[in-house]
Amino acid sequence: MSAAEVGAGPSASGDADDRDAALARPDGDRVRIVVVDYGVGNRRSVEKALERAGADATVTADLETIRAADGLVLCGVGAFPEGARRLRETGLDAVVRDRVADGTPLLGVCLGMQLLFDRSDERGGAEGLGLLPGPVRQLEPALGLKLPHIGWNSVTWSEGTTSPLRAGLPDGTAFYHVHSFVARPEDPADVVARGDYGSPFVTAVSRGRVHGAQFHPEKSSTDGLRVLRGFAETCLRCPT
Amino acid sequence: MHLKRVIPCLDVDAGRVVKGTNFVGLRDAGDPVELAARYDAEGADELVFLDITATSDQRDTIVELARRAADEVFVPFTIGGGIRSVDDAQAVLDAGADKVAVNSAAVARPELLTELADRFGTQCVVLAIDAKGVPGTTRGADWAPADLREADLVEGDPWEVFVAGGRRPTGRGAVAWAREGVERGAGEILLTSMDGDGTTSGYDLPLTRAIAEAVPVPVIASGGAGTLDHLVEALECGADAALAASIFHFSTYSIAEAKARIADAGIAVRPVRPTTL
Repeated sequence: MSAAEVGAGPSASGDADDRDAALARPDGDRVRIVVVDYGVGNRRSVEKALERAGADATVTADLETIRAADGLVLCGVGAFPEGARRLRETGLDAVVRDRVADGTPLLGVCLGMQLLFDRSDERGGAEGLGLLPGPVRQLEPALGLKLPHIGWNSVTWSEGTTSPLRAGLPDGTAFYHVHSFVARPEDPADVVARGDYGSPFVTAVSRGRVHGAQFHPEKSSTDGLRVLRGFAETCLRCPT
Repeated sequence: MHLKRVIPCLDVDAGRVVKGTNFVGLRDAGDPVELAARYDAEGADELVFLDITATSDQRDTIVELARRAADEVFVPFTIGGGIRSVDDAQAVLDAGADKVAVNSAAVARPELLTELADRFGTQCVVLAIDAKGVPGTTRGADWAPADLREADLVEGDPWEVFVAGGRRPTGRGAVAWAREGVERGAGEILLTSMDGDGTTSGYDLPLTRAIAEAVPVPVIASGGAGTLDHLVEALECGADAALAASIFHFSTYSIAEAKARIADAGIAVRPVRPTTL
């Protein structure tokens, strides 16, 4: 098998691919997803991946743009208390809560997923958005495994999950992770996928229109883009 | 389950891939970003760009490279070459790189590793080490340091750290430097055997094993890959990732073939399967 044959795929590169993948709203525009900019995280990478997945993505803290979005993404890296503080200080926590109450789909990525939960123990602890019930605690890897957990980890999907994040992907699909803490959902029905790092941990959640990925879909190649596309498609189905 | 990684490496000079490639179907085989996007589509787990531009505008070059790569590459990528300060790293990470690799600058001023880790977290900081064996070492798996002359050892090590593209010895032992680097904040070691580099006769397995056993962070084996079995050997010696350049650039093997051979050897690796959006 030559490299050329293996490489043939829509993610190879090029503008034509973007057009093929475009997710159009009834008015013909692409589905509008806002990466909420609260000053934390690799926003540019997430924006580019959403665009490649077919969305019209914008990184912004502008309230009007956030209110007009079909869907919201909360990304982030770093410590939970710092992220929660910034979200509060910018007032973006209230806007995100309002939009979610209106039924707008929300995807939290990495720290952004952790912030969806009630609280975290990290560095003295802090309150999260409380959109999903449960705490965030440090990973408990088996002896000899290191923290942070960095790298590709294959996941197992919850049986019968209807989450759009699954996006038709099989068990064993691998995603890229960088984290030391992990959400512990109170309601097992919220768990969409688990990874295993010495012991199982929750790596994707969905509850209604609130979704979270502990892994980085924007860094997980084509399978990660499919997760983002699955989320973007639900934004299309939820006219606001 | 945690998976081991296969990492193609691209050497870049003034925005162009240094060694020519014979990839079929690339519009511009010298464009590092187009080549990187191809590797992503083909199943590469991560990418490393090493910039060897020897001009004063190197920082602009690597920032532009990171920015373009972030548009087209959807696996983690590291940029090395020309990172000498926290500000250099900030610019490259802001542009979309996931990690920065430092080599000579860290040898010259080891505190740089701590500064980078404090600012960005250890997961962003890769210490690149170029090591060369003292007389009497070989790269085979069965070699042991028993019969080396004490006088040849460097800081008690059979391998010495070199900088300036492998031209200048530092008087530092590779194992000692790797340990110090991790204590100071490196989250990963990119370990290149100067003896193996460019030979396609296999990684330096004793070196790889020695460093992997010495530090509690992942080690990327580099320098010498010529066959798929070489990749397997490095991963079996404790490396968390195998890096290669020419075998992929010249299409000797595809990433898919590499993954298949590694999986056949019983090592967990991200499978390559045909996926589309």
